[in-house]
Amino acid sequence: MSDDIATAITRAHRGEWARVVAALARRFGDLDIAEEATAEAFATAVERWPADGVPPNPGAWLTTTAQRKAIDRIRRESKRDDKQKEARMLHDDDPPGPSGAIDDERLRLIFTCCHPALAPETRIALTLRLVGGLTVPEIARAFLVQETAMGQRITRAKAKIKAARIPYRVPSAEDLPARVSGVLAVLFLVFNEGYLATGPDTPPVRHELTSEAIRLTRVLRELLPGDGEVAGLLALMLLTEARRTARVSAGGELVSLDEQDRGAWDKALIAEGHRLVRERLATGVAPGRYQILAAINAVHTDASDARATDWSQIVALYDLLVRLDPSPVVRLNRSVAVAELDGPEVALADVDRLGDKLDGYHAFHATRADLLRRLGRSGQSRAAYDRAIELAGNTAETAYLSRRRDQLGQRDTSIHR
Amino acid sequence: MMQYLVSVIDDKSNSGTDEEMAAIDVFNAGVQAAGHWVFAGGLASPDSATVIDNRDDAGMVTDGPFVETKEYVAGFWVFEAPDLDVALELAAGGSRACNRKVEVRPFL
Repeated sequence: MSDDIATAITRAHRGEWARVVAALARRFGDLDIAEEATAEAFATAVERWPADGVPPNPGAWLTTTAQRKAIDRIRRESKRDDKQKEARMLHDDDPPGPSGAIDDERLRLIFTCCHPALAPETRIALTLRLVGGLTVPEIARAFLVQETAMGQRITRAKAKIKAARIPYRVPSAEDLPARVSGVLAVLFLVFNEGYLATGPDTPPVRHELTSEAIRLTRVLRELLPGDGEVAGLLALMLLTEARRTARVSAGGELVSLDEQDRGAWDKALIAEGHRLVRERLATGVAPGRYQILAAINAVHTDASDARATDWSQIVALYDLLVRLDPSPVVRLNRSVAVAELDGPEVALADVDRLGDKLDGYHAFHATRADLLRRLGRSGQSRAAYDRAIELAGNTAETAYLSRRRDQLGQRDTSIHR
Repeated sequence: MMQYLVSVIDDKSNSGTDEEMAAIDVFNAGVQAAGHWVFAGGLASPDSATVIDNRDDAGMVTDGPFVETKEYVAGFWVFEAPDLDVALELAAGGSRACNRKVEVRPFL
């Protein structure tokens, strides 16, 4: 296959997957059929495009092909066939609804995937699969579970949606607030998977996932302009995304925040993020988790260089966050800020208390490695880098950690007998 | 339209107070008026259950329920609803009226 065709297929997969699944789900009312048929349509594209050329409108070609595959499949499978239903499917050529905020097909798909009748970890998996177009192995890696277990989880969820008839729609206005927090959690995870992609074979940053998460959060904000956490998550994503191009070097290595070229940060995204954070502060309403995280990122992006960062404010914001969410990951992140304010020794003491809970988490070992390095404890630092590299799934991060490890001296100079 | 079984979970049978029974009556009238009503009933306790196993024509009759649990189905509604969201809303009203937790399951 020529590079052009491969690129076209990759681009179509990133850009059109969710749209095709959503269009089929709407038409056939069956997520399983929608997803299988979409996958078949992409498989057909891989076979046909190299010979026939890339169609002028790949999205329309994929949707039409997927619809044919779906109808074939329904015909094949409907032993107890419902002729009427079939006839309706064959003739339902309604133009897709207006693409206003509420009618966004992908948003419906997200609310369906994030229905409260599904378990939280299932909602994320299903959203990544159906909306993000991630493969089951990719999702399994992101969640550190076996591929077969993840496959079964997704299959069971789709079966429940079908059997219990979980509706394919954006919930009504009065149900929205209650359903939104689950959706935000999922969108944040999709964003994070894009920002720090986990696979050894995937690019380190998957812009299609970060931009899709941002796009959908924007749509959600149009629906719920008064919801502080929606605004907070949007601000958080924008302020994080603003640093994206500065975050990975030309050589494919992660660049830490203090070493990033701040001139390469996206000023428009930062301005928009800051505006949202200020808008939330002005309401005087106690901020939730996303608003606090957005505020932390606003402090970072306010500083003209790393040394100008207001670390005391960042630690204060983390203190607020710990009260809301005392999870070990939040405490780990707080200790990174503490290291800047009170020194690496104080931070290391905090970090070491989290060892039991975070031993399987690469960022825990990476943080320890850095603190140990700054304290001159090279031998222990190297061991911590080794462990972090072993656990890290992101290629740019692995490259960064490897370089940091290799910069350490050959001998542990901190231990003098 | 789909039918949903809404089971009332309790550790006793026929334990509703007068207020609860009155609330259930009001709730049922509302469900009937809205056209979601199919059937409802209370069930006697599992102590009164008898299990029959006649699969091999053996005519086995055993005293007691098929599974021993602290909580069990003490009653149920069958609702007709277009989708799960409507069924969940009805079930939420039922749970509030009878002051017990309920389980929603679709009929095949």
